[in-house]
Amino acid sequence: MTTPSAPKTLFDKLWDAHVVWHEEPQPALLYIDLHLIHEVTTPQAFEGLRLAGRKVRRTDLTFGTVDHNVPTTKAERFNILDPIAAQQMTSLRQNCAEFGIHLADVGEAEQGIVHVIGPELGLTLPGKTIVCGDSHTSTHGAFGALAIGIGTSEVEHVLATQTLQQKRPKSMLVNVLGALPEGVTAKDLALGIIHQIGTDGGTGHAIEYRGPAISALSMDGRMTLCNLSIESGARSGMVAPDETTFAYIKGRKYAPKGEQWDRAVAYWRTLPSDPGAHFDRVVDFDASALQPWVTWGTSPGMSAPVTGSAPRPEDGKNEIEKLSITRALEYMDIAPGQPLTALSVDRVFIGSCTNGRLEDLRNAARVIRGHHVNPHVQMLVVPGSEAVKKLAESEGLDRIFLDAGAEWREPGCSMCLGMNPDILSPGQRCAATSNRNFEGRQGRGGRTHLVSPAMAAAAAVAGHFTDVRNWDYKE
Amino acid sequence: MQPMRTHRGQVIPLDLANVDTDQIIPKQFLKRIERTGYGPFLFNDWRFDGDGNPKPNFVMNREPFKHGSILLAGKNFGCGSSREHAPWALMDAGILVVIAPSFADIFHSNSAINGLLTVVLPQAKMDELFAKVAASPKYELTVNVETLTVSDDSGWSAKFPLDAFRQHCLLNGLDQIGITEKKEQFIKDYEARPAEY
Repeated sequence: MTTPSAPKTLFDKLWDAHVVWHEEPQPALLYIDLHLIHEVTTPQAFEGLRLAGRKVRRTDLTFGTVDHNVPTTKAERFNILDPIAAQQMTSLRQNCAEFGIHLADVGEAEQGIVHVIGPELGLTLPGKTIVCGDSHTSTHGAFGALAIGIGTSEVEHVLATQTLQQKRPKSMLVNVLGALPEGVTAKDLALGIIHQIGTDGGTGHAIEYRGPAISALSMDGRMTLCNLSIESGARSGMVAPDETTFAYIKGRKYAPKGEQWDRAVAYWRTLPSDPGAHFDRVVDFDASALQPWVTWGTSPGMSAPVTGSAPRPEDGKNEIEKLSITRALEYMDIAPGQPLTALSVDRVFIGSCTNGRLEDLRNAARVIRGHHVNPHVQMLVVPGSEAVKKLAESEGLDRIFLDAGAEWREPGCSMCLGMNPDILSPGQRCAATSNRNFEGRQGRGGRTHLVSPAMAAAAAVAGHFTDVRNWDYKE
Repeated sequence: MQPMRTHRGQVIPLDLANVDTDQIIPKQFLKRIERTGYGPFLFNDWRFDGDGNPKPNFVMNREPFKHGSILLAGKNFGCGSSREHAPWALMDAGILVVIAPSFADIFHSNSAINGLLTVVLPQAKMDELFAKVAASPKYELTVNVETLTVSDDSGWSAKFPLDAFRQHCLLNGLDQIGITEKKEQFIKDYEARPAEY
C-alpha cells in the first residue's frame, strides 16, 4: 500500500484513479472506461441482463465487433456454413441493436480483431481502464492503460454497472536490460520472458515492462509484448506512455482532438511510474543475449532458442515436469533432444491479436519477398483488421505474399483458435505467430509452434524452422 | 449462484500441471449461447476419441472416478483463455470443488462468481491427497467453507485460504451484480467527477 505522498507506479496511478468504492475485505469497485465486446463471450451476458430487466449503463463506453468466428475467405464471409457460429454472430447483432451498442460488423471499415481495432481506432488510450471478455485484453496495456481480461459474468457486470469488482493485484516490474539484437523481435522477447518467469510467473500481478529495449519498441511491438502477458499468468501487462505512444494515437478516429488533445497529452505525461516507486516484485531480463525463439511443447513456456533442441524428459526438475515434458513431446511428435531446425512444418499462420498488425506483416513480407513458399507448406496471412488489410495492400504486401504462393485472407482471429473454418488437420505441424500452443488449440491433434512473423515466414520458405538471422533477404 | 457450506464427495485425481481452459472445454463448444449444457463436453479431447467414444484410460472415464465431484489437479489450473465455459462445464458435469496448488487468475474469479469452489493447498498436501486416492480409489473428502478445512474420515485435514468476501458470497449464494447495485450512489458520484482532460 502506498501513502498519498509516496512515489507511485503507473499501475498505482491507474488503479487509484478508477476506484469507485473500496472497503476491506471486499474487492474494490473499479470504474471501466472502455468495454470491448465480441460474439463469443457475450451472448449469456446479454441474456442475463434481459432476465433481470437490466440495461447497458454506458453504451457510449461499449464497442462491439465480430472476430473469433468470422471466416477469412471472401466466399464464406457473408455465408457462414457453421450454423452455430452464424447464430452467435446474429445474436451479437441483435443484442447490440436491442441495447444500443455500436457494432463494427463484417465488411465494415472498423471490423477486425478486438485487440487490433481498439488501438487503431483511437479507443484505446493511456490512463484508461479497459476490459473485454478475452484474456488477451492485456494487449491494450501497451498504451499505459489498465487492461484486464474478464469472464462472461463480469462482462454482464460491466454492461450493467460500468464497474468491475476487482482485488488489487500485486505489481511487478520486468526490467529489460540491453537492446534486442538484429532479427530478434517483441515476440521473441515475450516468449523469452515467459520462459524465464514461467506460465504462472505473473499470476496475481500487473506487470510493467521497462528498459531501453522497451522504449525502442514500436507500438505494434509493445502490443505483442503486452498481449502475451497473460501467457505468464498476468492479467495485465503495461508500458508507460511516451512520445512513441502519442505519435501513434494522434489523429486516430476516436482519439481526442484539438485543445482536448493537448490536455490529454499533458495528463498522459503524468502517468509513468515515479522514480523510486515500489514494485512488489522486480525481474531483470537480458535482451541483448536473446535469440529468435520457438516453442516446442504444449504450453507457451515450453520453448527454446531456434539454435537449440527440444528437451529430454530427464531435464525436468521434478516428477511433474518430467511427465509434462514426456506428454508434450509425445503430443508434438518430437524426439527427446531433437534440434528445432530439424522440425518440418505443414502450415504457416501469420496473424492474430498477437502478430496481425502492419509491422508484423511487413516483417514477414521482408523475409518472403523474392522467395517461394515451400511446396509442402500451406501459408495463410490474415491481417488483424480491415484497416491493417487496407494499409498492407496499399504498400503492396499482399502482392508479395501472393507472389510467393501464400494465401492473403480477410481479417479475423482465423487459425489462432480454430473457432472458424481455418484449422489444422490432426497431426499437422504449424509455425504460428499466435499466442497459444495448447493441445488442439488450432484444431484437434494439431501441433502448434509459436514464433515471430519473420521466423514463420522463413519456415514457410525453408519448409522447416530456420534461424532468420542468417536469412538471404532479396530486397 | 447456489450457496455452499459443506460439500462431501468422491475425489478425481488429475495429476497434470497447467491444465488450460482449452482442454477443460475445447473451442468448438464455445459457440453455444446458453450458460448450461457444457458438461458432456468437459475435457472433450481427453475424454473422447475423434469418433466420440470414451477413451478408457482417461481418469473421468474410469470407475469409480466418474462419480467424483472433487477434482484434484496440478499447479496453474485453468490457465489460458478467459472462457467462463470452463467453470460452467465443470459444474454442469457435477464437479463442485477443484483442489490444486495454484489457479490462474481469470479462472479463479470466473469460478468464484459461479460458486465453483477453488481450494489452494500446498504441494506437500496435494502429494498426500494423490497418494491417498491412489491407495483407495473411492476416497472421499469433505470441504467445509465455514471453517475453511478439507478433511477425510481417517482424521487427515488441511486448512485452505479463502478471501473473506468470496467466503461470504459462497456461504450466502450472493449475486455479484446485486452487490454492486447497492453502490449505485458511489458510481453516480464517480461519473459526476470532472474528466481528466
